[in-house]
Amino acid sequence: MSLLPLVGFTGPSIDWWALLPQVILLGAALLILLVSALAPQRTSISFATATTVCASVTAWIVAFGLWNDIKNEGPSASIASALAIDGFSIFFTMLVLIALTITALLAHSYLGREGIDPPEFHALLLCSAAGAIVMASANDLIVIFLGLEALSIGLYVMIAMHARRPEAREAAMKYFVLGAFSSAFLLYGIALTYGSTGSTNLIHIRDYLNAVVFRDQHLLMAAMALLLVGFSFKVAAAPFHFWAPDVYQGAPSPVTGWMASIAKAAGFAALLRIFFAAFANYDADWSPIVAVLAVLTLLVGAVMAILQNDVKRMLAFSSVSHAGYVLVAVQSASASGTSAALFYLFTYTFMVLGTFAIVGAMGTDGEHPLDRYSGLGRSRPVLAMTFTILLLAQAGVPLTSGFVGKFQVIAAAVEDRGYVLAAVAMLSAVISAFMYLRIVMAMYVADDEVEGPSPKLHWTVSVVLIGVTGFTLLIGIVPQFLIEMAEDAVPVLIRG
Amino acid sequence: MIELLSAQSGPAFPVLNAIIIVPALGALVVVLLPNSRPEMMRPIGAIFSSIAAAMSLYVMAQFSSHDPGFQFESIQSWIPALGINWHVGVDGISLWLVVLTGLITPIVLLGVDPHHDPKPYTAWLLLLQAGSFGAFLSLDLFLFFVMFEIVLVPMYMLIGGWGYDDRRYAATKFFLYTMAGSALMLVAIVSVATLSAGDQGITFNVIELAQRQALSTNTARWCFLAFALAFVIKVPIFPVHTWLPDAHTQAPTAGSVVLAAVMLKLGTYGLLRFGLYLFPEASVWSAPTLATLGVIGVVYGAVVATMQKDLKRLVAYSSVAHMGFIVLGIFAFTTQSLEGGVLQMVNHGLSTGALFLLVGMLYERRKTRAIEELSGIQSAAPIFAGFFTIVMLSSIGVPGLNGFVGEFLILIGSYDTRRWWTIIAATGVILAALYLLWAYQRVFHGEPTPADEATPDLTLREGLILAPFVVGIVFLGVYPKPVLDRIEPAVNELIAHIENHSDYERPNPADPVVVDHNQSSKDDH
Repeated sequence: MSLLPLVGFTGPSIDWWALLPQVILLGAALLILLVSALAPQRTSISFATATTVCASVTAWIVAFGLWNDIKNEGPSASIASALAIDGFSIFFTMLVLIALTITALLAHSYLGREGIDPPEFHALLLCSAAGAIVMASANDLIVIFLGLEALSIGLYVMIAMHARRPEAREAAMKYFVLGAFSSAFLLYGIALTYGSTGSTNLIHIRDYLNAVVFRDQHLLMAAMALLLVGFSFKVAAAPFHFWAPDVYQGAPSPVTGWMASIAKAAGFAALLRIFFAAFANYDADWSPIVAVLAVLTLLVGAVMAILQNDVKRMLAFSSVSHAGYVLVAVQSASASGTSAALFYLFTYTFMVLGTFAIVGAMGTDGEHPLDRYSGLGRSRPVLAMTFTILLLAQAGVPLTSGFVGKFQVIAAAVEDRGYVLAAVAMLSAVISAFMYLRIVMAMYVADDEVEGPSPKLHWTVSVVLIGVTGFTLLIGIVPQFLIEMAEDAVPVLIRG
Repeated sequence: MIELLSAQSGPAFPVLNAIIIVPALGALVVVLLPNSRPEMMRPIGAIFSSIAAAMSLYVMAQFSSHDPGFQFESIQSWIPALGINWHVGVDGISLWLVVLTGLITPIVLLGVDPHHDPKPYTAWLLLLQAGSFGAFLSLDLFLFFVMFEIVLVPMYMLIGGWGYDDRRYAATKFFLYTMAGSALMLVAIVSVATLSAGDQGITFNVIELAQRQALSTNTARWCFLAFALAFVIKVPIFPVHTWLPDAHTQAPTAGSVVLAAVMLKLGTYGLLRFGLYLFPEASVWSAPTLATLGVIGVVYGAVVATMQKDLKRLVAYSSVAHMGFIVLGIFAFTTQSLEGGVLQMVNHGLSTGALFLLVGMLYERRKTRAIEELSGIQSAAPIFAGFFTIVMLSSIGVPGLNGFVGEFLILIGSYDTRRWWTIIAATGVILAALYLLWAYQRVFHGEPTPADEATPDLTLREGLILAPFVVGIVFLGVYPKPVLDRIEPAVNELIAHIENHSDYERPNPADPVVVDHNQSSKDDH
C-alpha cells in the first residue's frame, strides 16, 4: 500500500472480505440516496426495493462463503480485534440479511399503498441492518455502541416515516426518548467496565477478568447491572418493556416487524457476546439476575398480552414474552443455552415478520381491533390458515419451529438444573397460548352474517408469507441443520 | 418421507410408519383438491383413512400373542443433535387402541355430515387420525409429546369450526387445559432424558429409559407427577375434568366420537406406557391417591350424569365415570385389573362413541338434545331405539356385552389390592344403570308428542354406520379371548417390570377363577 501518503502510521490490518456484507449494504444505501438526489423523477419505490433486495442477497452469498471459510479455517478477528469474524457474527449477519430482504419487500407494499414515496426508507433500512450486523460482530464495547446507534437512528426515522399519522410520530418520539435513555445506561455501563478492567475490548476484558481477582468488585457489578439495564430496554425485557406496546402499535407494521425481530436479535447478540463470552467468569453473579429478568419478562408479557384487545398490542406483549424465553436460555450461561438462544432468535424472526406482515395487510390505520379478523377463516381461508400456523408456532405447538426453539430453551434450563425456571417458561407459554387462540377463534368462529374481511395482498407480501410459513413448518419437522448451525455459532473471543 | 418408509431395521415393510403417514398424506391430498367438487372430499378422505384402517387390521392379524415386547418396531434418526429418533412400535397395550383409531375415523368421516366446509373438515379428521396413531405408536418421548400435542390442533379446529353455539369457549378451554397439563410434562421429559443420560448419552427412547431407571426416588416422583398431571387432565379425572362436558357438548358429532373413543385414551394409555413403565416406584407410591381420584370420578361422574338435562352432556359425564374405572384398574397393578383397564379403553371407545353417534343422529332429526323435550321416540323409531338399547346396555355393563367383561375384570382384579376402592367403585355400575335407564325411559318411552311421532327412523346408511359398533360390542362381550390373549403378555410384562423396580409384589390370587386365568397365561409362555 505504498500509494498511501500516511508515512509513519500503520493502520490495523483490515479483512475487507469479512467486512464485505456491511460494505455492500452501506454502498446500496448510498446508491439509493445518490440516484434519488440526481434523478428524483426516475427513482421509484421499486428501484429502492430492488436495490435493497439485490444488495441483501449478494451480501448473503458473501456471508455464506464466510461461514464456510470459518468452518474450514476457524474464527478470527479484524481491525485490531475490534470486529470478530466467527460463527456467531456470520450467523447473525445471515439472519439480519434475511430479515432485511423480507422487510424491504413488506415495506415496498406498505409504502406503495400509503403513497409514501421517499426512497430514504430503504436507505435507512440498509443502514439499520448494517448497524445490527456491526453490533453482532463487534468485539469492542465502543463498536457495539456504534452499531447500536446506527441501528436505532435508522429506526427512529423509519417509525416516523408515515408523517401524516400522529400515532407514528408519537411512537417515534417515545422510542427516541427511551432509546436515548437506555443508551445512556449502556454508555455508563461501558464507562464503568472500562474503569474496572482498563479496556473496552472484550478480549482484553476477558483476559483481565481471568487474570485478576478483585479485592472490591462493586464497580464491575455496577457496570454489569447498567449494561443489563441498557440491553433490557433494547430487547424489551420486563420491567423495561413499557415503551414496546405503544411503539409497536404506532409504528408502520413492517417497521414493527423489524423492531421485534432484528432490533431484539441484535440486542441479544451483543448481550450474549458481552456476558457469555467476556464476563464468563462472573456468570455466578449475572446469571441469577438474568433469571429474575427472564421470569418477570415471561410472566408480564404473557399476562399483559391476554388483557389486550388490540391485535398489535397483543403481539407486542407476546414479543416481550418471547424475549423472556431467550433470557431463560441466556441465563444458563452454557454453550447449549447460547445455541438455544440463537436458534430461538433465528426462528422467531421468521414467525414475527410473517405475523406483522399479515397484521400490516389487514389494516392501515392505527387501530387493530380483534373484531377486524372475525370471519377471515371464511373469506380468506388460506390467509387465515397461514396466520394460524404462525400464531400456533409462536405458541409453541409441535411440528413448527417455535416448538423446537422452546424445547431447546427448556433443555438448556433443565441441564442447568433450572427446573423452576423451565416450569415458569412453559406455564407462561400456556398463558400466551390463550391470546393466540383468541385471534384464531376470532378468525374461524364468526356469526354467519359476518362477511369477513378481504384484504388485498401485494405479491411481495404473498411471497414473504409463503417463505416464512414454509420455513416455520420445515424447521418444525427437520430442524437438524439449523440446530447444527446454531451450535457452530457460539461466540468465541479470538485475537485478530 | 421416503426415508421413513424405507426402514433400516424392523420388518421389511415399516407398516407402523405407513399407518401414521397415510392419513397425513390424505389430509394433504384433500387440501390440494379443487374446491369445485365438495362432495368428493369425504369419500377421498375416507379412502386414505380406510387404507390406514386396513393396515391397522394387518398389524392386528400379524401380531404375535406370545411376544410381550414391542413388535413391528422401526427406528430412524430424526434430530441426532438432540438424540431424538423416530421410533415406533406396538405391543399388546397399544394394539387395540391402534385398531380402534383405525376403524373409528373412516366410520365417522363417512357417517357424519359436517353440513358445511367438507374440505377442511376431512383434512382435520385425517390429521387427527394420523396424530392419534402417532401418539399410540411412538416409543420416543419427544415423538410422543409432538403427537400428544399436535392432536389438539385438529380437535380444536373441529370444535371451533363445526361445533355448536358455545364452541369458542369450549374449544379454547379444551386446548388450554390439555396444554397446561402437558407444559410440565415437557419439562419432565427433558429432565428424565437429561438426568438419565449418564455415560451412555442422552436418549428419549422409552424402552431404554425404562431399563435404565437412573433417577433418584425423589426426582422420579416429581417427574411422574408432571407426567401424571398431563394424563390425568386428558383422561379426565376429577377434579380436572371440567373441560370435558363443555368440549363434548359443543363439539360436532364426529368430534365427540373421536374425542371419546380415541383422544381420552391418550390419557389412560399415557399413564400405562409412560407413568407405570418409566416410573414404577413412583406409580406404586402414588397409586392410592390416583385410585382414589379414579373412584371419586366413578361416583361423581355417575351422580352428575343423573342430573343432566342435555343428553349429550349426560353421555359426557358417563365418560368421566367410565374412565375412572379404567384409572382404578391401572393403579391396582394386577393382571386382571390392567387387562380389564386396557379392554375397557376399547369398550368405552365402542360404547361411548356409538352413544355420541346416536345422540348426534337424534339431534339431526329433532334439533334438540334436551331430555325433557323428547319422549316416546321408541314408537316412532323402533330400530333407532333398538340400537340405542344395545349400546346403552353395553355402557351399563350388562353381561353378554363388552362393558361387562371390562368392568368385571377391573373389579375382580382390583379387589385383591384395593378392596375398599373396589367396593365403592362397584356402586358406580348400579348408578350407571340408574342414569342411563332413566334417561332412556324419559326419551324413548312415555307419551309421544306430534313432534316425536314425526321422528324418522334410522336410514340404512345410519344402520350400516352403527353396525360395526354393535358387532364389536357383542363380539367382545361373548368372546373376548382373542383380544385378552394379546393384551395379557404385555400387561404381565409391565407388572413384572414394576415388581423388579419397586417393593410392590402382586398378591396371591385367592379366587379360583383368577387362579385359572393365571395358569393359562403361564402356559402361553
